[in-house]
Amino acid sequence: MELCSFLTLDSFITDPLTHGFMRKALLMSSLVAAVCGFLSSYLTLKGWALMGDAVSHSVMPGVVVAYALGLPFSLGAFIFGVGSVALIGFIKQKSRVKEDTVIGLVFTGFFALGIVLVSKIKSNIDLHSILFGSPLGISLSDVKQTIFISLLVVILLSIFRKDLLLYCFDPRHAKTVGINVFFLHYLLLTCLSLAAVVGLQSVGIILVVAMLITPGATAYLLTDEFDNMTIISVLSAIISSLIGIYISFWFDLETGGSIVLAQTFIFLFAFLFAPRYGIFKLKKFFAGYK
Amino acid sequence: MESINYQNFRIDAENICVDYNGKVALYDANLRLKPGQICGLVGMNGAGKTTFFNALTGFVNISKGKIRINGESVRSAQKDQTIAYVPQSEGIDSQFPINVWDVVMMGRYGSMNIFRCPRESDIQAVKDAIERVDLNDHLSTPIGNLSGGQRKRTFLARAIAQRASILLLDEPFSGVDIRTEKLISELFIQFKNEGKTILLSTHDMIHVREFCDLVLLINKTVVAYGDTSEVFTPENITTTFGGISPDFLFGPES
Repeated sequence: MELCSFLTLDSFITDPLTHGFMRKALLMSSLVAAVCGFLSSYLTLKGWALMGDAVSHSVMPGVVVAYALGLPFSLGAFIFGVGSVALIGFIKQKSRVKEDTVIGLVFTGFFALGIVLVSKIKSNIDLHSILFGSPLGISLSDVKQTIFISLLVVILLSIFRKDLLLYCFDPRHAKTVGINVFFLHYLLLTCLSLAAVVGLQSVGIILVVAMLITPGATAYLLTDEFDNMTIISVLSAIISSLIGIYISFWFDLETGGSIVLAQTFIFLFAFLFAPRYGIFKLKKFFAGYK
Repeated sequence: MESINYQNFRIDAENICVDYNGKVALYDANLRLKPGQICGLVGMNGAGKTTFFNALTGFVNISKGKIRINGESVRSAQKDQTIAYVPQSEGIDSQFPINVWDVVMMGRYGSMNIFRCPRESDIQAVKDAIERVDLNDHLSTPIGNLSGGQRKRTFLARAIAQRASILLLDEPFSGVDIRTEKLISELFIQFKNEGKTILLSTHDMIHVREFCDLVLLINKTVVAYGDTSEVFTPENITTTFGGISPDFLFGPES
């Protein structure tokens, strides 16, 4: 560790930028974080944290199968992500088992299938990078896929952002005025699957759910306006990614874990010090001085 | 222009049944309402009031029977913005990060383009609606910072902005202040004069006597339906509430 070399903040930031893989990692992780952060404001308001966890774990067999067949891994992940949600809906409707049980049951089943497949297929799949992410080792084809999917999700969310907000807020009203709620439901699920696919490159399957809920939760503590919430969510996600990658570079830590930890710390900071909704209610505190 | 008989009904529900995964929530329910009528929907919790609303708005599918809204299907009523639904307070996440203006604007979404860009007419409709519920001072207040009554008025404004001819209100008087209660009852009279049809569910028997021309007593199916003065009798109410005496519900003085 060249700890003495970051005596200045300047070199702390610029030194890693001399490495091509670091520039790529910083850029791609920021992009992924922005996409997940954008979606995260909808997911936290809709109460889909568990659903996010389910979808992100369920993509595992899809990734493995796609690698084995030489297909784009996003395709396999997407099919299994949406498939898991369809299966959850089906089992919930046809049985008396409660929804959270069904969700837990289905995604662990898919995840286990993925792990078994990895051990059986024995190709050059790097289990570690799927589970924990490898933002520093993203290949060129992964970069193209990530940019394509990210743009797709951002475009979809931008076009339907008002409808999705209404869907999260009051689906009954949406239905009453003739808005296609069924479509919006699956649109949000599709975006969730796609975001999980790009997110897992940064932080891996196990932690990608953090990318999908923590930034939104942080932003929710800081504002009462949805547009601001989206902006804060995206910014906090990007900043966490940058902090996580730098920290992991200088201290030789697991990158995915560092990114998520950075998000968690930002959330805790908001939890304690958010002006209105934080534990210390700073707004009231300072108002008392006036 | 003379239209055939059933088109004179704003709401015409005939023998409707709703079940959730085989569990019957409502069966053989009938309701006919004309323009300018106010009807109270009275029943216990779980008697099927919300299910009835859900069937009329198309939020759940009916398994049997027929619903005509202005003589047309529920689907085309949705397209035409015919029905507005005012949710009960518990049906809404009051901490949702959205302000009064944006909630009321959602009443216009159904008639906007796909990007939901407000036109001049939409902005005017929202302004007027907010004016009518007396929330001008709270245009950009997040709904989480409103009182229960103000929040209720916000959703009423959304229904007004929608320019619907039928209003479904789930417990409009629960958890509201006196001022809001007075404002809502004034609005009801205005709506009636405008020819709107109102169906409201309530626990409060006094309100039924006060506003409702008609009353629909339900307990999984229609127990009694008709003019309030004829149908809203202690016997019928007792039947509706599974044998509990109306004294208990009204207080001893009724």
